[in-house]
Amino acid sequence: MRPGCNYERDFLRMLKRKRRSSSCWLAMACSLILALVAGSGSVAKAQESPYIVTYDHYLEEPGSLEVEYFSTFGTQREGNDFHAFWSEFEYGASAWWTTEIYFDGQTTFNDSTIFTGFRLENRFRLLQREHWINPVLYIEYEQTSGADKILKEVEGHDGESDYAVPNAIARREHDHELEWKLLLSKTFNGWNVAENTIATKNLTGGNPWEFGYAIGASRPLGLKASAHRCNLCRENFIAGIEMYGGLGDRYSFGLHDTSHYVAPVVAWNLPSDWTLRLSPGFGLNDDSHRFLLRWGVSREFSGFGEMVARLFRSREP
Amino acid sequence: MTIGVKIHRVILAATIGALSIPLLWGQKGSSAPAWKNDANVYAELTKAPKKAVTRRNPLAEDPDAVAAGANLFDQHCAECHGEMAEGGRKGPSLRADPVQQATPGTLFWILTNGVVRRGMPVWSKLPEPQRWQLVSYLKSLHSAEKPQP
Repeated sequence: MRPGCNYERDFLRMLKRKRRSSSCWLAMACSLILALVAGSGSVAKAQESPYIVTYDHYLEEPGSLEVEYFSTFGTQREGNDFHAFWSEFEYGASAWWTTEIYFDGQTTFNDSTIFTGFRLENRFRLLQREHWINPVLYIEYEQTSGADKILKEVEGHDGESDYAVPNAIARREHDHELEWKLLLSKTFNGWNVAENTIATKNLTGGNPWEFGYAIGASRPLGLKASAHRCNLCRENFIAGIEMYGGLGDRYSFGLHDTSHYVAPVVAWNLPSDWTLRLSPGFGLNDDSHRFLLRWGVSREFSGFGEMVARLFRSREP
Repeated sequence: MTIGVKIHRVILAATIGALSIPLLWGQKGSSAPAWKNDANVYAELTKAPKKAVTRRNPLAEDPDAVAAGANLFDQHCAECHGEMAEGGRKGPSLRADPVQQATPGTLFWILTNGVVRRGMPVWSKLPEPQRWQLVSYLKSLHSAEKPQP
């Protein structure tokens, strides 16, 4: 076979993939718009934490759906900067169980825009009442490509150089990962302090268990609610800081050859049911990206489960 | 069909199944509120520890506490307990005697800890002063109409 034929075939495959990924994005955009329109009339409850990586122990209210969009701009030495983005659909199945699905994608500048996979996440509250420290068990299944850059968590020996690979090569790697987290969190005097311990196992290949951490602290700027609804009241703003990074793997546990970040975070909970988040992140060592700028927008739809259940319930006379 | 395609189909089916379970979890049953037939619906009020029961509302004299509490109630509680706290599909009436006769400290304790087993989430994510504002509002329901936010 002529070498030119291989090239041609590869090019056509690439075109097909591009079409497929753009249709995926179209479907995602449509579902997001539908969800926004369908629920726009419902009353929502905005009191969201400002963290983007760290989890506290608060779950989604039962029956509520939270639709979220997040974006991460990252600088890249020895490669192209990137913009990674993901949509989250978070549903409160009960007061002790929250389930979530993510769709990830990224644009690497001077390269391409691709869909990079999905994640299924479940969080379970382990204790019924509030205690001095509150544990939540987090279990996630990820099916992502090697080109995934959302940096939702940093684990193992993840480093900046892993993200310099061109999309066409990186996307050939397919990962099936199982991720476990123990979320510990406490709120006192308005302050929330949270710590997440991460353990990840890539089910493809003989990869070892990898470990990571995330810690965060945050507080609303005002503790008392105003007597009147307002957009710019101090209690609508929550500010804090989070830090996250890898802890190596089963064979080389520790800080050697790992990346770490510190990121101030701020959330603006609008009475009109929307939450905006902003977080500039800074790499703490040579293995980290120098700068990550994250932002997100979310809206909660109360009574979503009720609405779905009504579709399956027989009408009473 | 290759093994890879089979695995993908199994994962897809498992994903769809996993997503549909939580949607229907706890949403089944008749359209009548479950709490109306539940004799123990207010039983959690009796479980508050003595130390919590005797706590006093530090915002009891705050003239804005009731109005602020009404706002908070609209945002966080009305969905389950009804617009006028008369009880909704999921949550019981908060105008009922067991609630109105409970001490402010007991209500604060319930708000903080939730009743997770029965579907009420913990509300400790609201700062303490906001939880006390909610208590002020709940106590105001005993004798007054709901104030306009």
